[in-house]
Amino acid sequence: MKLPGTPLLLVVALAVLLAIGLILPQWALSFVSVALYLGIVVLGMALMMRTGLVSFGQGLYYCLGAYAAGTLDHFFKLSDLLLMVVAGALVSGVVAVILGFLLSKYRDIFFAMLSLAFSMILYGLLVKSSELGSTDGFGLSVKTFAGIAISAGAVRYTIYAFSAVLATLFAIGMHRYFNSHLGRLAGAIRDNELRVEYMGASVRRVIHLNYVISAVLAGVGGALMAGAIGHVDPETTANWTTSGEFVFIAILAGTGSVAAPFLGAGIFEAVRTFALQYFPNTWQMTLGITMLLVIMFLPGGLWSAFGLRRRGA
Amino acid sequence: MAVVLEARNLNKSFGAVTAASNINASIEQDSVVGLIGSNGAGKTTFINMVTGYLTPTSGQIVYEGRDITGLQPREVTRLGISRSFQIPQLFNTLSVHDNLLVGVGIAARSVKTAAGASGNEHTQVEQLIERFNLAGYRTQTAGLLPEGVRKLLDIAMAVAARPRLLLLDEPTSGVSADEKFRLMDMVMSALKTEGVTVLFVEHDMDIVSRYTHRILAFYEGRIIADGDPGTVLADAEVRRYVIGEQLHKEASSAAH
Amino acid sequence: MGQLPAVIVDGILYASWMFVIAVGLTLIYGVMKILNVAHGSLYALGAYTASTAAGYWLSHGHAPMGSYVILLLAALVVGLIAGPLIERGLLRFMYGRDEIVLVLVTYALFLILEDFTKLLFGVDPILVAEPYGLLGNLQMGRLIYPVYSFVLVGAAILVGVALALVLNRTRQGKILRAVIHDREMSTAVGINVSRVYLVTFTIGAMLAALGGALTAPTTSVQPGIGAEVIVLAFAIVVVGGLGSLGGAAVGALLVGLVRSAAVHYQPEVELFSVYVVMALVLIVRPKGLFAAPEVRKI
Repeated sequence: MKLPGTPLLLVVALAVLLAIGLILPQWALSFVSVALYLGIVVLGMALMMRTGLVSFGQGLYYCLGAYAAGTLDHFFKLSDLLLMVVAGALVSGVVAVILGFLLSKYRDIFFAMLSLAFSMILYGLLVKSSELGSTDGFGLSVKTFAGIAISAGAVRYTIYAFSAVLATLFAIGMHRYFNSHLGRLAGAIRDNELRVEYMGASVRRVIHLNYVISAVLAGVGGALMAGAIGHVDPETTANWTTSGEFVFIAILAGTGSVAAPFLGAGIFEAVRTFALQYFPNTWQMTLGITMLLVIMFLPGGLWSAFGLRRRGA
Repeated sequence: MAVVLEARNLNKSFGAVTAASNINASIEQDSVVGLIGSNGAGKTTFINMVTGYLTPTSGQIVYEGRDITGLQPREVTRLGISRSFQIPQLFNTLSVHDNLLVGVGIAARSVKTAAGASGNEHTQVEQLIERFNLAGYRTQTAGLLPEGVRKLLDIAMAVAARPRLLLLDEPTSGVSADEKFRLMDMVMSALKTEGVTVLFVEHDMDIVSRYTHRILAFYEGRIIADGDPGTVLADAEVRRYVIGEQLHKEASSAAH
Repeated sequence: MGQLPAVIVDGILYASWMFVIAVGLTLIYGVMKILNVAHGSLYALGAYTASTAAGYWLSHGHAPMGSYVILLLAALVVGLIAGPLIERGLLRFMYGRDEIVLVLVTYALFLILEDFTKLLFGVDPILVAEPYGLLGNLQMGRLIYPVYSFVLVGAAILVGVALALVLNRTRQGKILRAVIHDREMSTAVGINVSRVYLVTFTIGAMLAALGGALTAPTTSVQPGIGAEVIVLAFAIVVVGGLGSLGGAAVGALLVGLVRSAAVHYQPEVELFSVYVVMALVLIVRPKGLFAAPEVRKI
């Protein structure tokens, strides 16, 4: 995590993004937005992976965030982007605080499976819920931001800009967290829980905390996605295949840098869009092969290819 | 002399296996006590019970007048008891410096010890590095260190928790014979300045007789001798079950 | 409670075909410590191969009873080809890495095989139902079931008994159990762990394919069946205890009965009832119902 002046670089990147966003075509704005909100989710996963845990059910919180955002508009006619994101964060956060009491007791495969189970429970609930549109889900639209009305043509840029700001804030925050005592504790827990306990710290508390942080990030990502796409459904949010995609990007990105999740998400989205367009029946294969190659040759994620500090997944 | 740790009728069994049987011991403040006994005699089980890793089947552990039986390891550490491990328990992907930084950081936030923290965390880490001669390994990854250095770091981590009672589980095992005394000298002098009560498990009788005021000899889960080194090491049962001098004598007399 | 007999029978039927899949999964985990996500793809490959082969056999006017042999042969072939290919060609380069990394490897493999299956067999659903109806129906009280369903039950029992016998009574079985217990120690006493891995994975692959082949006549075989099956298999294996064959049986029964009850009494909860059971079991028994005891670390 020793990129010189990381926070400064990130702020500069933000400024650049905001500036060029004004002249980018709509499809490019959408593309970068995807990389940003997926990246936020994966940033949370990187935190968990640093703590030694891989969640196979992050879709749970992504979905909660998305549906919270969608519900505000669809059922309460509150089409405010800021409100949607706050709602997404809150709902995910509260659920994570509760589930965290249970999940912080598990490790390895069992943590992965249990987190998977909860995301599938939500998936099952939503599929069978006709009020929430079942497998079709429902649509939503963003009309204001913090109470200020947005013209129809500026909605995409607003979502893009807000995503960029949030991404930068979270990345800087995570960077500082990783360099703090609690952040170092995460890596220590991954290495040797027993020693951490024997030194006097509560491993469960740290895991619970990091779990909630990662959930809130996933919820924010989900809410941003909902606003950007204008539609939510169970399949693209809570199903384990979506959680699998987050894991894939997380592996691709590695845990060594706070910018990597966004780049990883960008690459993923680029490959997916390209593949879906030109060879829809082999894009999963492409994903799988890429993942294998990264696991085999770049265990620290793509970032390690640039010779920067390596951290195993 | 004030009693800092008391074990009262400690028993521990795992199904049919008795790891500890009726253990009674009183450890005085500032003393250095050796725990000897063959493998499986119950020394590590004793340490595991005192530090909360294992809950005794019955009996009590009293530390500074307070019943600590059954407390979690982190709670025991917070009260001022720390331990090192037979197999060094380190953060293998972190550097020596970061290992200590994590340890000191945790201690600063959770250990309620009388000895106040001197200086900020980084200063404390530097002090530990100096006291345990780890300067040459500061930036190296813990997982790649030579075994003796890993042991040193493991002990340094235990000391980082600012304990008033320190339990060392075989501090010189895995260390070459000529290094053993140097390591113990270093550890003991590092601790003398702190006013710490020390218990250590050891198989090397030379080390035990050199550094301890008192020895507890274990055999099959029981304490078979408890006293000053001279008495304990000459004890018939200790010789028979732990040191083995008697057997050598018997063998050599049988050969005649 | 007029539905109770139906719930139980349906539950057992469901449990049977899940058991065949789950037992292979837990066997692979027990021996190799790999949670094989690609198990679902092997199931799908088995189903596709079986349906295609049986369809070919039947459409060329061969004896209908022969289609059963074809189903079995299909499973065997898929297992014997895919098993060694995957184990030798990919997995063996990953041994020694973290358990979670291995799960990710098999997940990547699953993604690859999903598309590979599409390339091989196309995206249109295949339904070869003749073997399903061939044996006629059985009437139990007011319930009517195809005899074929009970063939599935029989197959599951046979697989379970065969595995139990092999593991407990034969020398190969003892070797397998030794490796399950302690890989390092097994190598130290001269067991060819590498060969044990190959054999285990191949058997597991055959079992997955068998599950697919036997289920193929009862359902429309199409892309995605592997994905559906694998999460259920996970749930069963985790509930039963990773690596425990008896656990896989109990887990399959539990999951089968719960799902059957859900379908009959409260269809809305069908989809997630299984995961609720999994969560509940893990809460009470963090490592599953029949997990191996833990060894002391310090």
